[in-house]
Amino acid sequence: MKNFAYSRAENAPTAVNLISQNAKAKFLGGGTNLVDLMRENIEQPDALVDVTGLTFNQIEELADGGISIGAAVKNSAVANHRTIRERYPFLAQAILFGASGQIRNMATVGGNLMQRTRCFYFYDEAANCNKRRPNSGCDAIDGFNRMHAILGTSESCIATHPSDMCVALAALDATVHVEGKNGKRAIPFNAFHRLPENTPHIETDLQPDELITSIQVPALGFAKNSLYRKLRDRASYAFALVSVAAALEVENGIIKNVRLALGGVAHKPWRAFEAETALAGVEAKAETFSRAAEAELANAKGFAHNRFKIELAKRTIVSVLSELAEKGGAR
Amino acid sequence: MNNQSQVGTISEVPASLPSNTSITLKVNGANFTLQIEPRVSLLDALREHIGLTGTKKGCNQGACGACTVLVDGERIISCLAFAVQYVDREITTIEGLADHGELHPLQAAFIEHDGFQCGYCTPGQICSAIGMFNEFQNGLPSAVTKDISAGAGEFSNEEIKERMSGNLCRCGAYVGICEAIREAFETEVTR
Repeated sequence: MKNFAYSRAENAPTAVNLISQNAKAKFLGGGTNLVDLMRENIEQPDALVDVTGLTFNQIEELADGGISIGAAVKNSAVANHRTIRERYPFLAQAILFGASGQIRNMATVGGNLMQRTRCFYFYDEAANCNKRRPNSGCDAIDGFNRMHAILGTSESCIATHPSDMCVALAALDATVHVEGKNGKRAIPFNAFHRLPENTPHIETDLQPDELITSIQVPALGFAKNSLYRKLRDRASYAFALVSVAAALEVENGIIKNVRLALGGVAHKPWRAFEAETALAGVEAKAETFSRAAEAELANAKGFAHNRFKIELAKRTIVSVLSELAEKGGAR
Repeated sequence: MNNQSQVGTISEVPASLPSNTSITLKVNGANFTLQIEPRVSLLDALREHIGLTGTKKGCNQGACGACTVLVDGERIISCLAFAVQYVDREITTIEGLADHGELHPLQAAFIEHDGFQCGYCTPGQICSAIGMFNEFQNGLPSAVTKDISAGAGEFSNEEIKERMSGNLCRCGAYVGICEAIREAFETEVTR
């Protein structure tokens, strides 16, 4: 690993100031992704600004019923927060389906958003990767692409975003609060991560000097009836082939409210807007769930080794919504 | 905080030459002051700089769990941790578990239940299981817990296997590992 200068920031302005002094500096959180990428020489920062000691390590309940999660809060602390477990069970679930117990104790919420893809070709220095080396090509498109994306892909990149937590946050319409040289701003969750288009190396809307300070999750009463399901090649400790985060409210057999997002299928946590539109106000039953799934996957594009994901995503959507309809009292 | 003041800020350290840093790590109750580069992992600091080789290096990329240690009672993998991030913390390794020569109950249970064959993953398995049980006692649910809102669920084999999935055993001693964990902790479950 290339050596680097290490410093610790005590507050956000200091952190932003330190990062602004060096174009090749990066923030360091729990390190569970960055340290690995540095060891592989994929990331080669000159300096790291440790932001785990910042004061953003609290989970606060907001007056409007929402919740604010500090960026330095550990993943396991979010999963074990009583209010989160009760109000947003699928958020706690999504976290618990990701990584291992040890990694969840280290990884921060802000760092979870900044994870980079686990595409094999991105990790392999001998391979072409537009994300690692812009305009070098993408070896995944004609390569072994079982883990790769089926939605929102481009001719430059078919990588997926690896996070589970972010899938639930996408469904919840969370807001990412950041602080930079030019002050503070709030980024809607769906605008935070980007699709690859022809610049797959630019993965988020975050500017180089900006630090994530908190994630705000709005009040969403019906999220009490929510579920995260993850399909993977091993029973545990593996990245998703497909995952579904959903919250559903049914009244007199009719869908009153629904939120749906998919993981393992795109360059970003995929909010299923098409399916949500198809589900609004219709009867909560397998046929309508299936129609919504078809609508969401209508533009899906499979590659040699991942075409199965299209059908897998549809069936998982139907299965998760059916289970929620049953739990949520559809009659 | 004294240790922190010796850590350079970006403006003080030339980007081309990050200097050695003096840090003090508190491991198994003893302080160790080291001159190390920021890029040294906690795993390498423990093994190569302090000489505590009980903690093992398996994959060195966060996939196997062999390097699991406890920090302030919580389990982490030391290969993906920079040592400079762990000053002022209580680090516990496999060498720190026995009490005046008497094995930790989980160490004894691993022997009783043949919780290993080659033994390479064992220090990580044992540190991980101790951290895992603390999490369980604190009410942390897992991916297989039926009712997430209610907390940790039952201390069942299914729960143990899911919660221990970050520790691989290439000899396949999983049955003995699960039995040892169950026996060592079952009576302590406060629920």
